[in-house]
Amino acid sequence: MMSSARGGKGTSGEAERELHVLAVDDSSVDRAVIAKLLRSSKHRVTTVDSGKRALELLGLEPNVNMIITDYWMPEMTGYELLKKVKESSTLKEIPVVIMSSENVPNRINRCLEEGAEDFLLKPVRPSDVSRLCSRMMR
Amino acid sequence: MEYSNLRHRAADMRKSLFDQGYLDEQFYQLEELQDEVSPNFVEEVVTLFFRDSARLISNIEQTLIGASRVKNACTLCREYCDEKNLEGCLKLFHKLKREHAVLRQKLGSYFQLLRQVGPMEIATRPSM
Repeated sequence: MMSSARGGKGTSGEAERELHVLAVDDSSVDRAVIAKLLRSSKHRVTTVDSGKRALELLGLEPNVNMIITDYWMPEMTGYELLKKVKESSTLKEIPVVIMSSENVPNRINRCLEEGAEDFLLKPVRPSDVSRLCSRMMR
Repeated sequence: MEYSNLRHRAADMRKSLFDQGYLDEQFYQLEELQDEVSPNFVEEVVTLFFRDSARLISNIEQTLIGASRVKNACTLCREYCDEKNLEGCLKLFHKLKREHAVLRQKLGSYFQLLRQVGPMEIATRPSM
């Protein structure tokens, strides 16, 4: 299942860069929340419910500026998705952020070592998202 | 007048959900996300929660191995979810977690004992 919507646009003349973020989470509640957080910061968000669908979308539309994914998902974890993205010559430059409701240092380190941009603990706060996005925009 | 009474009732209801521990800090964060662009955001997310949790509980029910207390708690919990009864659902959910933990401990002890006892005829129905 995929859904996509634009956040508000800046007024003409303002070159406010809008990120296209791909949010991956098997929980519909968490997808709704992360999408809302990102759209409130005026970014374009596409949500998918699995790593498999994320890769399908990335194959079709490489204009994604950031991937934010849940860690625990059935069939393909966020870590496995991260690895596939980093192993791909076309996708490896896309920053990948991992989210998890569990604070497990080994897990966090493993993800960062594999090339994750950041690791966010759920529930994700507006400040986490704005911090992340302002880093992406530099 | 009517409207102002309703608003008071709604505010009281909301406060009581927090006071009685049915809702916590995370719910505030959801409320803060609601705005003119998504004026029903909180209700939408709550609806998703009940839909998903009913399905997850139903999944647990299907994988049950004869765990009847857990199963009963699941059934009740799912009914509350279907009715969108937040209070009932959360109470039952806590009960479900407790039953799950207790069963885990009890079965853990049982299997530990079985390992010491070795193979034996166990497939007999307890007299009820």
